[in-house]
Amino acid sequence: MTAAISFKGLSRHFGDVRAVDSVDLEIGAGEFFVLLGPSGSGKTTCLRLIAGFERPTAGRIWIFGEDATAAPPYRRPVNTVFQDYALFPHLNVRDNVAYGLMVRGDAKAARRKSADEALALVALDGFGDRKPSELSGGQRQRVALARALVMQPKVLLLDEPLGALDLKLREQMQGELKTLQRQLGIAFVFVTHDQGEALSMGDRVAVFDKGRIQQVGSPEDVYDRPETPFVADFVGASNVLSADMVHDLVGRNAPASLRPEAIRIGFGPLAGVVHARAFLGSATRIEVDCDGQKLKVLIPKGGEVPQMGDSVTLGWSEGALHIMDSANG
Amino acid sequence: MNSKASLGLKIAAIGGLLFLHLPILLIFVYAFTTEDKSYQWPPPGLTFQWFEVTWNRPDVWQALGLSLRVACVSTLIALVLGTLCAAAVARSRFFGREAISLLVILPIALPGIITGISLRSAFNIADIPFSTWTIILGHATFCIVVVYNNAAARFRRTSASLIEASMDLGATYWQTLRFVIMPNIATALLAGGMLAFALSFDEVIVTTFTAGQQQTLPIWMLEELVRPRQRPVTNVVAMVVVLVTFLPILAAYYLTRGTDTVAGQGK
Amino acid sequence: MAEARRAPLSDTLWRRPRLLLALLITPPLLWLGIVYLGALFALLAQSFFSIDEFSGLISYELTLKTYAELLRASNLDILLRTIAMASAVTVSAAVVAFPIAYYAARYARGRWKAVFYLGAMLPLWSSYLVKVYSWKLILAKEGVLNWLFETLHLAWVLEAYLAIPVIGGNSLSVSWTGTFLVFLYVWLPFMILPIQASLERVPPSMLEASGDLGARPGQTLRYVILPLALPGIIAGSIFTFSLTMGDYIVPQIVGTSARMIGQAVYQFQGTAGNIPLAAAFAVVPIVVMGVYLTLAKSAGAFDEL
Repeated sequence: MTAAISFKGLSRHFGDVRAVDSVDLEIGAGEFFVLLGPSGSGKTTCLRLIAGFERPTAGRIWIFGEDATAAPPYRRPVNTVFQDYALFPHLNVRDNVAYGLMVRGDAKAARRKSADEALALVALDGFGDRKPSELSGGQRQRVALARALVMQPKVLLLDEPLGALDLKLREQMQGELKTLQRQLGIAFVFVTHDQGEALSMGDRVAVFDKGRIQQVGSPEDVYDRPETPFVADFVGASNVLSADMVHDLVGRNAPASLRPEAIRIGFGPLAGVVHARAFLGSATRIEVDCDGQKLKVLIPKGGEVPQMGDSVTLGWSEGALHIMDSANG
Repeated sequence: MNSKASLGLKIAAIGGLLFLHLPILLIFVYAFTTEDKSYQWPPPGLTFQWFEVTWNRPDVWQALGLSLRVACVSTLIALVLGTLCAAAVARSRFFGREAISLLVILPIALPGIITGISLRSAFNIADIPFSTWTIILGHATFCIVVVYNNAAARFRRTSASLIEASMDLGATYWQTLRFVIMPNIATALLAGGMLAFALSFDEVIVTTFTAGQQQTLPIWMLEELVRPRQRPVTNVVAMVVVLVTFLPILAAYYLTRGTDTVAGQGK
Repeated sequence: MAEARRAPLSDTLWRRPRLLLALLITPPLLWLGIVYLGALFALLAQSFFSIDEFSGLISYELTLKTYAELLRASNLDILLRTIAMASAVTVSAAVVAFPIAYYAARYARGRWKAVFYLGAMLPLWSSYLVKVYSWKLILAKEGVLNWLFETLHLAWVLEAYLAIPVIGGNSLSVSWTGTFLVFLYVWLPFMILPIQASLERVPPSMLEASGDLGARPGQTLRYVILPLALPGIIAGSIFTFSLTMGDYIVPQIVGTSARMIGQAVYQFQGTAGNIPLAAAFAVVPIVVMGVYLTLAKSAGAFDEL
């Protein structure tokens, strides 16, 4: 089966800045694919390269097997939901949704029908005559979604679409987007800097740093088996143990990741002093200083929490320590 | 801070506004005076007769016609050039971008007499005879900045992603221009055009150098100012000029109100 | 790709974004470059020629003789007088404009805001000549100002003022005070709007913070508001200074017989036919404004234009 999107050696430089630096990537046809990374890591530029808003400095892009490297945005079978929604302020909601059909040359009645159907799909029936300025943030988000979906794209690109929404609405939309993607069966490429969002929504996740992909894999892969210290730290704020320490512990000379929630207090190979603690509601997080290496430990509610300055011993179940052999970062 | 202004500030502010407006209102009174030999105040009597006299003056009509022609053509040229320039500067960062904004501002930042004498000596050197077009050449040059300022302010406020969204939905550059860019900048352009029109209609300093023997309305007025011959007609013309320029300015204000905060700036 | 709609130009523009930029920028650049800069350089070139004193013809030989002539006492007088006037007008305009702009930005709400904004906008754009004309009416011997002084039995005050040398004269309409008043009136709106724009950007919370930290209103004005309004004041002063320096109509209609730069330029290029000297005179405001703009730019005043 052909991949929906595939990159080969794709780069985009802005002057001396390598926003995207020689990236290879394949995105499957029905996948919910997440590009995750801190701001400035190149994930948004990657999305813009797929949409055609940026031209690559080097490398090629294929969309469903066709070389799209030199195709302008209006010739690509992909559509975008923008971070700021980019709704046309001079058009009402229905005309916004029907815009793509209008420039394509569809008849007026047909576009009206399709637009109203698309609005129904995002639960905005009856909002067609309003102006975008009269809608709430969540509603604008849905209009932007309907406007992209009405074009029946083969791939939908979403650029941090939930960033501007409050927490509750965001969680609701996460669920709806996931359902919608399954319903439509098309590929979603979803950009976010929120690792929680990435893990809960993605079929696969690509973690970006400094213009390069650090790791591609299922949410479980990147969370439990990070390949680089950056991934370990960025996804779920894991502890990264230095190669020296790992050598002392298990005799291998490579850094390793250790999840805060996997550490048990009481018995184990490491000893240290508690020097910070924070109550998080459902758990308490303490930080233990083991000869200069600071380890975060998550103690679930009900567990015994040591005091500041206490000496503690740290252990973990077998397999929790993940050695990062392929570490390059 | 207290949210009430002190009395002193209030007086200074309102006094300043009165200082700006009373002299113009004074002209309205003079347009009706029966006195035609001096600027006597208070007017000995009031009459409508000077409006009829002015109406029947071919020289006033001719000057008005020339002024309107020049203002229309200059505004059109300035609209095209100013918008292009604003679009280029707004959409990309390129070498010399700052130099271009400076170049656009220069014709009004430098005294008008310099633009005027420069153009005149250039016309001399190039052996170009004075015509309506020599006036337009000068006017269009300093009108560009007005359109540019209005268009640039609107481009700044218009999200760049609107253009990307349009192309993402299948529109070519031309369709994007027609269906997204133009509707979004139309009022700013209209406002800029109105102000450019007012600026050109009123300009006298550059025009004295580029007009030769032709008389625009401001030049007609200038001659009356230097050598008053028909005070009552001048009064009426002055009043009409005030009214004629107020309309486009008010229109420009309402067109850009609430969108671009300071649209009228940078004359 | 998707559907093969024909849009060859669009495709080319997408592939070559620099071409789009070039298409946009070339027409205005050509116009300003040829018509404006070209003319400006033609003028500059003339200032390096000189006039032959015997034949009265221009000799096309590069020389600094004409610039040296600027330093002659009578010409130097003109330069200094003009710069003094431009400075006086600029400072006074800032003083008069500030309360208006401050009130409009800080206190005026709703309809009053519109009144203040239009109150500065309309005079800014209304006819320059009409504005000058109105002051000819006001300052005339039989005009409203003299009438006012007489009606209030204050004619002696006016006479005492006019007796002061330099700023006084036979009557207001032929005195420097008259010229100054008209300049102030004509250019004042150019000062109000930029100051107002810069004051609008001062968040009220900043003033509250200053008050909260113990500043009296006067101190807040001096240490917080004025520095923040400074870019606006500088932007406004670019206009008041430049416009005053180049004007030849106001001093011709209201004022003494002593000339300003604008009048000198006008006369030298016109009746006297001494284009090199006129050009050299015109270079002075260009240089002054060049320095002024450079200073203003470093103070961040261009954002207010």
